[in-house]
Amino acid sequence: MASMRDIKRRKSSIQSTGQITKAMKLVSTVKLQRSKQIAENSRDYFDYMYRTVQSMLSKAGNIDHVYVKESECKKKAVIMITGNRGLAGGYNSNVVKLITKSELPKEDLVVYTLGKKGREAMTRYGVKLAEDYSEMIDNPEYIDAMGLCDELLKLYKAGEIGEIYLAYTHFKNTVTHEPRLMKLLPVESEETENDSINDIPMNFEPVEEEALDLIIPKYVTSLIYGGMVESVASENGARMQAMDNATSNAEEMIDKLTLLYNRARQGSITQELTEIIAGSQAQA
Amino acid sequence: MADNTFTIKIITPNRVFYTGEATMVEFNTTEGEIGIYRNHIPLTVIVKPGVLRITGEDNREAALHAGFAEILPDSVTILAEIIEWPEEIDEARAQSALHRAEDRLAHKSDNLDVFRAEAALQRAMARINVLK
Repeated sequence: MASMRDIKRRKSSIQSTGQITKAMKLVSTVKLQRSKQIAENSRDYFDYMYRTVQSMLSKAGNIDHVYVKESECKKKAVIMITGNRGLAGGYNSNVVKLITKSELPKEDLVVYTLGKKGREAMTRYGVKLAEDYSEMIDNPEYIDAMGLCDELLKLYKAGEIGEIYLAYTHFKNTVTHEPRLMKLLPVESEETENDSINDIPMNFEPVEEEALDLIIPKYVTSLIYGGMVESVASENGARMQAMDNATSNAEEMIDKLTLLYNRARQGSITQELTEIIAGSQAQA
Repeated sequence: MADNTFTIKIITPNRVFYTGEATMVEFNTTEGEIGIYRNHIPLTVIVKPGVLRITGEDNREAALHAGFAEILPDSVTILAEIIEWPEEIDEARAQSALHRAEDRLAHKSDNLDVFRAEAALQRAMARINVLK
């Protein structure tokens, strides 16, 4: 049996770990509240954006637009949104897995990373990395998304990349987060038959083709921004859960060790008593 | 509510900027300035920097810089990428941005991004106009 001193030392080390995880849990709970609010505030905007773009595409039909038709270029850009820090359960590795397990051929990928953890993993995976945008994810701003979007669209229009994907974590609710890989460009129109918005004959000014030219960049930007705020919310949610588990595990271990410690203490007292009694009997 | 009003909703990526009933809303689009009353034909337009003017239960103005608008007979939804109330605008900054943009356009250098400079000029002018 381990000595009392060993148990005591181990207990106190677990105790301080538990304190840290508890503090981290509290911090991420607060952060979650805020990032959840931001993610929810932005949802309205994306719903409208998505609806409008889809309705435009369904009206425009099979137009020969650069944002809609398949490109001959094989290069695929992936915007990958992860956290800058670990200790968030499976949050980071789920997004990484999404890319490594996807059908996208490794040699054609160019990864734009938002988040140091994702960048580290992609370096190990051995794909081509573009610039690092990790600092954006600390505090997502719409302006940042615009900048990134501009850059990608420039490359896309120049024909240097043929497809753009977004890998992020969808924030369903506080406990469910879902890693998603989404194709941004070329835009695919969803086949929805009974779409109520299609009942209204919508006009466009300027005409569809030109409007697409102007709206698609906004659409892509909004999706990138949406991916950013949802991922941040998911990260905090995931961290909160992970730290909650860690804290309860620590408590459980402390309980067990306390029991062991008390047993050892009792054992040593009994032993001492036996020795004293044995000693006094020998003297008598 | 009187029957000549419609619902106006302005959404930005971060928040719902404004919702309310209005009799008219005016703003600048790629095709020129437009004013919308109730029962407008369904129309989607792209916003250009300019002043947004809401006439209705409360008359308000804002500097609308980018986005697009979906107009339906009984509602107008503006998806604004950038929009500001007058009280959120820093006038000194807008003035200096205006001068900078004018300067850049006046002395055209080879690597000047005319499109960007013009956009900056329009934004600055929208801000200043709203403050007037």
